[in-house]
Amino acid sequence: MSVDSATVRRIASLARIATSDAEVEAMVPELNNILGWIEQLGEVDTSAVQPMTAVIANTLRLRDDVVTDGNVRDKILANAPAPEHGFFGVPKVIE
Amino acid sequence: MADITDLGIAAIRDGFRAGDFSAREVADAFNAAVAGAKALNAFIVETPDHAIAAAEQADRDRSEGTFKALSGVPIGMKDLFATRGVQTTAASHILEGFKPEYESTVSARLWAAGAGMLGKLNMDQFAMGSSNETSAFGNVISPWRRNDGGNAPLAPGGSSGGSSSAIAARIVPGATGTDTGGSIRQPAAFTGISGIKPTYGRCSRWGIVAFASSLDQAGPMARNVKDCAILLEAMSGFDPKDSTSLDLPVPNWESALSGDLRGKRIGIPKEYRVDGMPGEIDALWEQGIAWVKDAGAEVVEVSLPHTKYALPAYYIIAPAEASSNLARYDGVRYGLRELPEGAGLQDMYAATRAAGFGAEVKRRILIGTYVLSAGFYDAYYTQAQKVRTLIARDFDAAWELCDLLLTPTAPSAAFALGEKNADPLAMYLNDVFTVPSSLAGLPAMSVPAGLDGQGLPLGLQVIGKALDEQGVLNAGLAIEERAGFTARPEAWW
Repeated sequence: MSVDSATVRRIASLARIATSDAEVEAMVPELNNILGWIEQLGEVDTSAVQPMTAVIANTLRLRDDVVTDGNVRDKILANAPAPEHGFFGVPKVIE
Repeated sequence: MADITDLGIAAIRDGFRAGDFSAREVADAFNAAVAGAKALNAFIVETPDHAIAAAEQADRDRSEGTFKALSGVPIGMKDLFATRGVQTTAASHILEGFKPEYESTVSARLWAAGAGMLGKLNMDQFAMGSSNETSAFGNVISPWRRNDGGNAPLAPGGSSGGSSSAIAARIVPGATGTDTGGSIRQPAAFTGISGIKPTYGRCSRWGIVAFASSLDQAGPMARNVKDCAILLEAMSGFDPKDSTSLDLPVPNWESALSGDLRGKRIGIPKEYRVDGMPGEIDALWEQGIAWVKDAGAEVVEVSLPHTKYALPAYYIIAPAEASSNLARYDGVRYGLRELPEGAGLQDMYAATRAAGFGAEVKRRILIGTYVLSAGFYDAYYTQAQKVRTLIARDFDAAWELCDLLLTPTAPSAAFALGEKNADPLAMYLNDVFTVPSSLAGLPAMSVPAGLDGQGLPLGLQVIGKALDEQGVLNAGLAIEERAGFTARPEAWW
């Protein structure tokens, strides 16, 4: 499997990272080099193997359904780049 | 009295308790050492006030006869740990200026144990790197230099390179690190210090900036094995806020330390004899085998047949998890926002992430996005997770024959900055010996064991069964006692 510049553009768009044409062109051989190398995993017969889901056997706990950190709006917004009126501010999303 | 900054964690703790010096004297000495070592670029933020406040509290406690586990001890904190009110960036522009309103569980435990913070240590950006060349705040430089008379700046290892550099230069007595594929052990080996990655789940990941959640694990880095045991005890423990935290008591690793390996079987995995490994690494490994035999262990050859697939599996799984974890950096809730003229929400996301992430972070996000994308998920991601199962089974089979494994930590000594960063793949291959145990979640430690022909430190790695940190620390101590590693870099900074 090898990626071309159109594929790199599509991945970058899925990853929400703006890329220039020059960056895309530089990325194509780099990603192909890495993807070519990881393709050796295809050699391993895994037909009878379950994918790993937990590295150390552990029971997934559910916490009690209670509010633990409520009433901390100002703390939550403290690092927001553009908070407004107690909310996260974003560019206009409706016409 | 010797210079306070020559003392490690245990010596500071014990000397403080004995009244040899005050905690304030310790904090002042290390604060001065930190301020005088800017050439190493080991810190992103220095926090002398935090260290002094903890020291003054320790001095007050001492006058009342109360001591905590780390009273009087200042440490460095990797910038991956959220620290309340102190900038936490993961060495990335995208988090520049971020001051958490909360404290990571690991750092909170250390402060509760009486430790003070000397500052936030530089690292590879989002812990992605093996040389500390991906930080947005500049490279960390190793205090070590080759003995060839050249002054080539060397890599302190990565990603915990600020931690390793600061400890080796004796500007901090110990520090936190995090290890996803070797980020504690490889920098420890490169700088002649000790570091242990505990079993996955021992240390809470809550409040640690996430890279690859199924692999990330915090651990201590320090000048010797005992100091690592002390710090690890203070860092470990169950945390209900981390769903993967292990609900188990923390053993008293320090008090049970013993370099006596009688009755232990130590496995030598034959697949770790990789092509092109320098003869010096091989010789060091042989020396390590002789040392553990001398400590009473029986040495057996074992096979970990899927070793060669660990790195490619890692470089699918880690980027896949990273691409998901790093989706939160969107320019809305914290950190950087790039808002080009007239941009909508999607354009703002893309512009923010383009401006805020470094090249290696973008590369890994793109690989992760690709391997998780429709049509490729099974071929790459599911296959890697199946191979991960096989790698874990290899270790399980080895534990039928032995109690611990002994390997080199890295395939070479520290390389020069700039030597490998043009070829990402060559850089990735540096983690060949540390990644398999990370994929299996096992505890593993690097201890300094000797110098190469250029006078640079080399490390040996001990890998243990899940939850057997004691066994790992004990074997590490047996090697430390025999290696007698006392070399230290000459101060040039």
